[in-house]
Amino acid sequence: MSILVSNDTRLIVQGITGGEGSFHTQQMIEYGTRVVAGVTPGKGGQKTEHGVPIFNTVSEAKAVTNANTSVIFVPPPFAADAIMEATDAGLDLVICITEGIPVQDMVKVKTYMADRKTRLVGPNCPGVISPGKAKIGIMPGFIHKEGRVGVISRSGTLTYEAVHQLTTRNIGQSTCIGVGGDPVNGTNFIDLLEMFQNDPNTDAVVLIGEIGGTAEEEAAAWAQAHFTKPIVAFIAGQTAPPGRRMGHAGAIISGGKGTAEDKVKALRDAGIIVSDSPATIGELIEKALQD
Amino acid sequence: MKIHEYQAKEIFRKYHVPVPDGHVAFNPDEAVSVAKSLDAQIYVVKAQIHAGGRGKGGGVKIAKSLDEVRSLAEAMLGMTLVTHQTGPGGKEVQRILVEQGVDIKRELYVGIVLDRQAGKDVFMVSTEGGVEIEKVAAETPEKIIKEWVEPGLGLQTFQARKLAYALGLEGNQVRSAVKFFHALYNAYSASDASLAEINPLVVTGGGDVMALDAKMNFDDNALFRHKDIMELRDLSEEEPSEIEATKHNLNYIKLDGNVGCMVNGAGLAMATMDIIKLHGGEPANFLDVGGVANAETVANGFRIIMNDPNVKAVLINIFGGIVRCDRVAQGVIDALNLVKVNVPLVVRLEGTNAREAAELLENSNLDFLVANSLEDAAQKVTTAIKE
Repeated sequence: MSILVSNDTRLIVQGITGGEGSFHTQQMIEYGTRVVAGVTPGKGGQKTEHGVPIFNTVSEAKAVTNANTSVIFVPPPFAADAIMEATDAGLDLVICITEGIPVQDMVKVKTYMADRKTRLVGPNCPGVISPGKAKIGIMPGFIHKEGRVGVISRSGTLTYEAVHQLTTRNIGQSTCIGVGGDPVNGTNFIDLLEMFQNDPNTDAVVLIGEIGGTAEEEAAAWAQAHFTKPIVAFIAGQTAPPGRRMGHAGAIISGGKGTAEDKVKALRDAGIIVSDSPATIGELIEKALQD
Repeated sequence: MKIHEYQAKEIFRKYHVPVPDGHVAFNPDEAVSVAKSLDAQIYVVKAQIHAGGRGKGGGVKIAKSLDEVRSLAEAMLGMTLVTHQTGPGGKEVQRILVEQGVDIKRELYVGIVLDRQAGKDVFMVSTEGGVEIEKVAAETPEKIIKEWVEPGLGLQTFQARKLAYALGLEGNQVRSAVKFFHALYNAYSASDASLAEINPLVVTGGGDVMALDAKMNFDDNALFRHKDIMELRDLSEEEPSEIEATKHNLNYIKLDGNVGCMVNGAGLAMATMDIIKLHGGEPANFLDVGGVANAETVANGFRIIMNDPNVKAVLINIFGGIVRCDRVAQGVIDALNLVKVNVPLVVRLEGTNAREAAELLENSNLDFLVANSLEDAAQKVTTAIKE
């Protein structure tokens, strides 16, 4: 089993005719993901070069193709609108890859989604992959391996690094999720830990956090009370100076809050294994699985 | 993005947030003519730099005459102001704000920021104005009163009233404060600010509520829809190498160490800095080259890193996903023909076509060390520094 995405995923690509959208649609199809529709307003009725039917609206795409999930490659000024459109159409899951959405737009999106059933992953994330089943997003599929370790991360390439360390040790992954590097996002660490706790086919979790905000501290407190499987965590940004945005909009230490030190302490206090080095994540999971 | 106090006050005026009369000056003559235009007996001369704590550092002075304004302006312009936020090097003062003096009865604090956890803006007020608010938050958090703003609805009047009463305001001061808070929230939200902070917020002898100081930061992601705010950027307040990097779409932050690094992706870039430190080195920078690591981006990255005289070795760490490692390797080789890198260079490429990339690097006859893991890369680069 896996969480969020699986063989049952029927995917809509919003922004399928753009450069990014088109390229990654090809990659996702090659991986075996069922891409059933694309949405580009004004191009409804046409087909993409991959043979995917294009619709003007998400609700039309859903009605015709019975899609349940969407992935968004729409440029930042229009991405919040795209998330709300997918929510309005009643999809189960929306994964927003777009980086650079104004934070006030995300504040509105969060309020809009609060009493609706659709779940958001991202924005500013690599997406979600359940190896061997479906890949939704921009991560390189081949570095993954089907298996029983869940991976949760605020980062992109650092997640690939961690996955690579697992795969080269012959440790497969159930599902890998990038929650995104923005200050306001959809699905958080706790939501995912809860899903992994309930997934009988996940034995352990890698949690990759970074400076900024308090998501790791909250996850640590929740995990201590509710999570029974081993977690290996790494926090990026131990050498980051305060007050500077380290690439990701959410990776900033402000007002003395959000330091790596605080996060590592909260995680360790909750009994979670913390890797001091980004190079020893795989090793520590291997050890945790043996214990 | 950060702006100066005088610029924040201009935005405040636009949204009817009360501020003292005043204007920016770039030289002593301008300072005097600004002072002349004010209806005031007492003037305040304030150094304009992007850092707090200016008062303690000697960057805020009172003048009782136009002559005094001139002599203060002469002393302040060109001086290097050191505060707890500037670092030991300080910052050169190039602009000053000349304002009317205000009869201050009370000093308070108000700030608006995004509460990431709640996903809402939060208003914070405190009676402990004029002091460092981080200190108040750490030592006496109960002295900071908060109200969360409902997205889409904005600040409600009852909330503004609650804040005003929490500050111990009374009578007409409450009405004045409610109006003030509404105006401040409008200024914050209409300009996609990430922070609006007034410390101190003052109650004047006449019972008015006024922003004696003003600080605004903006969401970089939203600047595309605020061309007017983008024009307020003061490049002289920023690190020249960082401005240069932005021109090439590189995300670069200068640090104090001696190991330069070039990485794809922000998280991996931070992790690379961390592992350098873990092996006893100090990172000289954060540099995320993004998804396209071709010869041009790598060459630009090299130029920016090598401009920093502290750099004694460079580590390239690329995890190739969609971007193929052999392409990156070719990019590194081509870049080394464009830019002279005269310090040890360690290259670690992992991911798609990593083996082909390693072969390309080995056969290139160029002088660098190839690392086969993150650990190995960190070890090689920190050893190179010690040699």
